[in-house]
Amino acid sequence: MFNILEKKKLGPDVFLMKVLAPRVAKHGKPGQFVIVIPDKKGERVPLTICDINQEEKSVTIIFQVVGLSSRKMSRFEEGEAFADFVGPLGQPSELIHESAEWLSSKNVLFIAGGLGAAPVFPQVKWLSQHGKKPDLILGAKTKEQLILLQELTGFSHEVFITTNDGSAGIQGFVTGPLKQLLEERPGYYDRCIAVGPLIMMKSVADMTRPYGLKTIVSLNPLMIDGTGMCGACRVTVGNRTRFTCVDGPEFDGHLVHFEEAMRRQGMYHQEETEQDHLCNIDLAINKSHTK
Amino acid sequence: MAINKRIPVQEQKPEIRRTNFNEVCLGYTPEEAVAEASRCLNCRKPLCIEQCPVQIHIPEFIQHVKNKEFALAAETIAQSSLLPAICGRVCPQETQCEGQCVLGKKGDAVAIGKLERFVGDWSRENTTSTEKKTGCNGHKVAVIGSGPAGLTCAADLARMGYSVTVYEALHKAGGVLVYGIPEFRLPKDTVVAHEIENIRKMGVNIITDAVIGKAESVEELMKSEGFDAVFIGSGAGLPKFMNIPGENLNGVLSANEFLTRINLMKAYTDDHDTPVKTGKKVVVVGGGNVAMDSARGALRLGADVTIVYRRSEAELPARREEVEHAKEEGIRFQLLTNPVEIIGDEKGWVKALKCIKMELGEPDASGRRSPVEIPGSEFLIEENTVIMALGTSPNPLIPNTTPGLEINKHGCISTNGDDGATSHEGVFAAGDAVTGAATVILAMGAARKSALAIDRYIRTKFNTQNHEK
Repeated sequence: MFNILEKKKLGPDVFLMKVLAPRVAKHGKPGQFVIVIPDKKGERVPLTICDINQEEKSVTIIFQVVGLSSRKMSRFEEGEAFADFVGPLGQPSELIHESAEWLSSKNVLFIAGGLGAAPVFPQVKWLSQHGKKPDLILGAKTKEQLILLQELTGFSHEVFITTNDGSAGIQGFVTGPLKQLLEERPGYYDRCIAVGPLIMMKSVADMTRPYGLKTIVSLNPLMIDGTGMCGACRVTVGNRTRFTCVDGPEFDGHLVHFEEAMRRQGMYHQEETEQDHLCNIDLAINKSHTK
Repeated sequence: MAINKRIPVQEQKPEIRRTNFNEVCLGYTPEEAVAEASRCLNCRKPLCIEQCPVQIHIPEFIQHVKNKEFALAAETIAQSSLLPAICGRVCPQETQCEGQCVLGKKGDAVAIGKLERFVGDWSRENTTSTEKKTGCNGHKVAVIGSGPAGLTCAADLARMGYSVTVYEALHKAGGVLVYGIPEFRLPKDTVVAHEIENIRKMGVNIITDAVIGKAESVEELMKSEGFDAVFIGSGAGLPKFMNIPGENLNGVLSANEFLTRINLMKAYTDDHDTPVKTGKKVVVVGGGNVAMDSARGALRLGADVTIVYRRSEAELPARREEVEHAKEEGIRFQLLTNPVEIIGDEKGWVKALKCIKMELGEPDASGRRSPVEIPGSEFLIEENTVIMALGTSPNPLIPNTTPGLEINKHGCISTNGDDGATSHEGVFAAGDAVTGAATVILAMGAARKSALAIDRYIRTKFNTQNHEK
């Protein structure tokens, strides 16, 4: 069992949990992920590692309630424990393989959309500690959904904020400031790392492609075992089929077949929402019992 | 009962079992087992033993069954095999022990597999485990993978007095016994759980959720965690695809994914969260046990199922019993047929499978006649789901993270001779990780040899070192 040391609500339906997981804490690196199984009958839920505390032997995850399993997870409280917490899985961010010279001289632009702030955070933190502070575009639907703003700002050089409704920063999408930066600072950025919804990552990749700006994206497809066994997470990258769990989760955004990835993401959509519906009823029942 | 006919074994009726996941074969009653055992001629030169990968003293245990000495029968089997209740259910007996039975020449071979299963089940239900912790000899061995190879090696080493830790990547121990072989062929909560519990009782520490190669590396286990030797029994878990157009459409999945959803995650039950989707019409591509398991699993979820296989019925690599069971349950076999393309609808879901008819040509290197396409014979099978059951290969995770561990061109770990010693000192391997996808019994047999080799290695190494001091 894996104890939950801390639980925080970061926004509407968005939770942060710090989990005691010595094996993952010891070996995990930025860009890797874990699989959480909430209880004995639960699903295997892949989530990117958001932070690691070596002294506490803890791993931080952030998730949004979107279906049955994430709702189940959100009901866990501090002091309770998840049945399983496996990792680290996947390849670490390629940043950690770059030379010290590269890290201290190159200009990196991070782009995080919505919950993408969570996987971006450990990389921004790592880069600021090992090289030059990166710039960051952080976007969300509304001000309330901007997560980790303070933490990310502390490790970043320039920060640009966008919200779809204009409740904070620039109104619109992350591609707004990106377009401006690409036009105003030609050749300035050496690397772009974008994490967020597939449609956002696709838009970013489409926008950076003509500028020849290498763009790395992080995928979060359907997955079961996370060790290369099931093949559910396959994605076409540069006309080759890759498994996100062992070859990724990061890939060259200019080579990812995003249309296919979006289509595959929706494969169990109906089941997810139906279960969500049942789960709401379940919740209502629970509430009436506690009253 | 005539001597040339075997005692029939009770089974769930096809029309009933196709709607549930309970075990198909119900096994012999003691009376039936005794009657079947009485058919054994107790040959002076028993050919059955030669064909058994672990050389169980077959006529001896069968004589005990005949004399109603079931505990003695269990002891006889235990000398050679650890997992009779499992092997009795999943071994391809028709090509091993039963294939050489003298009675098989004129009638039915003795039902050796069913008798082995009977003894394994009887022993589980009627005896309390005699396994206990052996005094520790002070040496630690790490075992990677808790499938048939890992469990066998761990048990043998524990009996020799080693302190054994098994690392399992998934959240349940058992490997292919848990994620691969379905409940209707191998009950998990009774048979498999019992065997794993026995091994725990021996003092073996089984750690789940530990992905060696991602968390600890093999080097770390040996250098920092103090293991004197490492055994790799990580199996062959990587699915193969055909590399034909349309394979990434929605509704195309590997047999590994389908079976893992059903078996490990119990997606067929209402109270487990993992979903499984089959649609009304399912095509399973392949002809091995995994193809049969997938087809019969999909059938039990309510689908209409067709198996597409490129050779003819005689070449189906699956156990005969599974093929028969699949047919009885109403699975359609589209033989001498090979998929060439998967066709999707406008939303990117599978709509049809384009196949081509095949004919058998000259025998290939494996001795099987290789299938050749018949030009112009393409046709369509309409369907919603394609399950690819084309075999698996070993996971590269451990070789990739273990410098000095050599693999061959198929990705299998290279070993010297048959004792499982690898190119890396102190690292041994056996089972599917070495051979590629094979059977439970072969993995078990090879793992036992590795356990002996690990013992020899540690004895030699530490005697030498003591000598030097």
